[in-house]
Amino acid sequence: MLAYILRRLLWTPVLLSLAAFFVFIMGMCAPGDPAELRLGNRATPERIERERERLGLDDPIPVRYVRYVNGVLKGDFGDSYHYQGKPVLEIIAPRLWVSMQLNIAALIVAVLVGLPLGFYAAKRQGTGRDPAIVISMLILYAMPVFFTAPFLILFFAVKLHWVPAAGWGGFFSLQIILPALTIGIPGAAIFVRFMRASTLDVIGQEYVRTAHAKGMSNFVVNYRHVARNALLPVLTIMGFTLAGMFGGSLIVELIYGIPGAGRLSLDAIFQRDFPVLTAFVLLGAAMLVFANLIIDIAYTIVDPRIRLQ
Amino acid sequence: MKNSQTFDPPEEMEPKLKDVPAARGHWRNIWANFRRRRLAFISLILVAFIYLLGIFAPVIQTHDYQETNLRRTQQGPSTENWFGTDRAGRDLYTRVVWGIQTTVIITVTSFATGSLLLGVTIGLVAGYFRGWVDAVIMRVGEVVSAFPDILLIILLAATLRPRIVEFARSVEDSTGMSGLVSSGIVDYVVIGIALLPLSWFGMMRLVRGQVLVLREAEYVEAARAMGTSTPRILFRHILPNVVSPIIVSVSFGIGAIALSEVVLSFFGLGVQPPRPSLGVMIGEVTARGGASVSVLRDHPEQLLAPIIVVWLLIFCWNIVGDALNDVLNPRAR
Repeated sequence: MLAYILRRLLWTPVLLSLAAFFVFIMGMCAPGDPAELRLGNRATPERIERERERLGLDDPIPVRYVRYVNGVLKGDFGDSYHYQGKPVLEIIAPRLWVSMQLNIAALIVAVLVGLPLGFYAAKRQGTGRDPAIVISMLILYAMPVFFTAPFLILFFAVKLHWVPAAGWGGFFSLQIILPALTIGIPGAAIFVRFMRASTLDVIGQEYVRTAHAKGMSNFVVNYRHVARNALLPVLTIMGFTLAGMFGGSLIVELIYGIPGAGRLSLDAIFQRDFPVLTAFVLLGAAMLVFANLIIDIAYTIVDPRIRLQ
Repeated sequence: MKNSQTFDPPEEMEPKLKDVPAARGHWRNIWANFRRRRLAFISLILVAFIYLLGIFAPVIQTHDYQETNLRRTQQGPSTENWFGTDRAGRDLYTRVVWGIQTTVIITVTSFATGSLLLGVTIGLVAGYFRGWVDAVIMRVGEVVSAFPDILLIILLAATLRPRIVEFARSVEDSTGMSGLVSSGIVDYVVIGIALLPLSWFGMMRLVRGQVLVLREAEYVEAARAMGTSTPRILFRHILPNVVSPIIVSVSFGIGAIALSEVVLSFFGLGVQPPRPSLGVMIGEVTARGGASVSVLRDHPEQLLAPIIVVWLLIFCWNIVGDALNDVLNPRAR
């Protein structure tokens, strides 16, 4: 197991540098000459030439790549084209923080709704409630966020006036409720599906029957023997689900007018601010890779039976 | 995953089993099994219906999708405009139908190229030859899947579009062809390429996993011993045995691809106006022009048609996929 963790830890930087290479190449494919874009339309050819030299744009690609990775490791993703040479990290960090808060809130919703409901559905297998939960969750899962977001706004904000329709007020404000629900519901649907399947697996185990036979109370068997073991496989899809929710949050931010990474990346696309866009994509990849790494390692620790190769 | 359709009353099955002649083709059996699942069967019909709407968009349209009518903007449904009109007075029914066509074209082409052609072939090769070919392919796949899907798609579409448009313009200039850019073919190419990383890797991994097992099977060994050529082993002996999981994976994947296309267009990176797309239509009501909440508040019905179509597509493909999974891989339940 130690060897596995070690190998994963060694592979991670390689993976990330390959990802950085890909992003770097995409950045080079991006239209427009960075020197020209930085100086604006009225720059003279000589000034552009000097700027190119200063930025090292005429160096060979490997040199530029190494310089790029070096910068990234120090937190320097280059300068924004649009915001007059402001460092990209300075622009991205606060926006990313907003998106992260939103996604954490959504994950809490997904876990609190999804896990108990999946467990409940599995316990009620064979009755009408199990398929009812499964089907309704599939309906919710298939419901695009374009649907849930406007619906929630119309109902809870415009009609009932319970919460503000849009905007951002931080993690502990009323405004976070609707977007967190919008992102969290499809996540909850995924959790229901996996939690139900893994609970069904565990219910059939002999140690559960033994526990019942020993005369343990239903509550103890359910929570100590069934739920805790059923939770383990669900852990592994946490990272995958988080990534899916993160993608959904881009759209949700636009609809709710939240100043997060989604808004920023969309603006970057239309302002052709490619340093911002590529940095954002690379950071997204890094977060996903680390999240999966942590989850995998946690998994091997929580469940010592797992021998991953 | 089981759903309610798996529980058929036994008295219904008995006579059927008696009626069935002993020898019936594998695929006919599967079809019969599939048809018995009512919800899945209805879903398949719905999907087919939606796709037909898209394919026959030019025939069933009631207006032109670009035609604006400033005297009839933001109208509710009427006999003239079945789903109402948008803020430029364009007929929503016509635009939805054409939007479906966009989705149909993109899902089908990107699936045929990315998932089926690339994914299956690379999966066969990686699984069969193993060794360094396999290692390289798997590592590339790992890098691609290290990115959050939607971000990667957005990045590809944003950086590649200008290049591809430029290239298409130069082709137009040098050959004298016209309309390559304006007809929207370029948009399809851009979206198709942007969706590639989403479609090929999953399929590749699936096929590779199956092939890794199958290549050790005795019948493959026998074929090899008889001197059968490698391509023949791959495509005649191994591929047919991988078809079932491929079908299941396609039915699950198409919904996801359709959604990605809608998302791209929503962000303005997919199909460009004036060509309608479901994503553009949704974006116009919810998130464009800063007036999101007011348009949404006053005319939410404009959202209904495009959103229901997207929702139905994803939902129905999921149900169909579930049923196919039960029917085709009975052991995996």
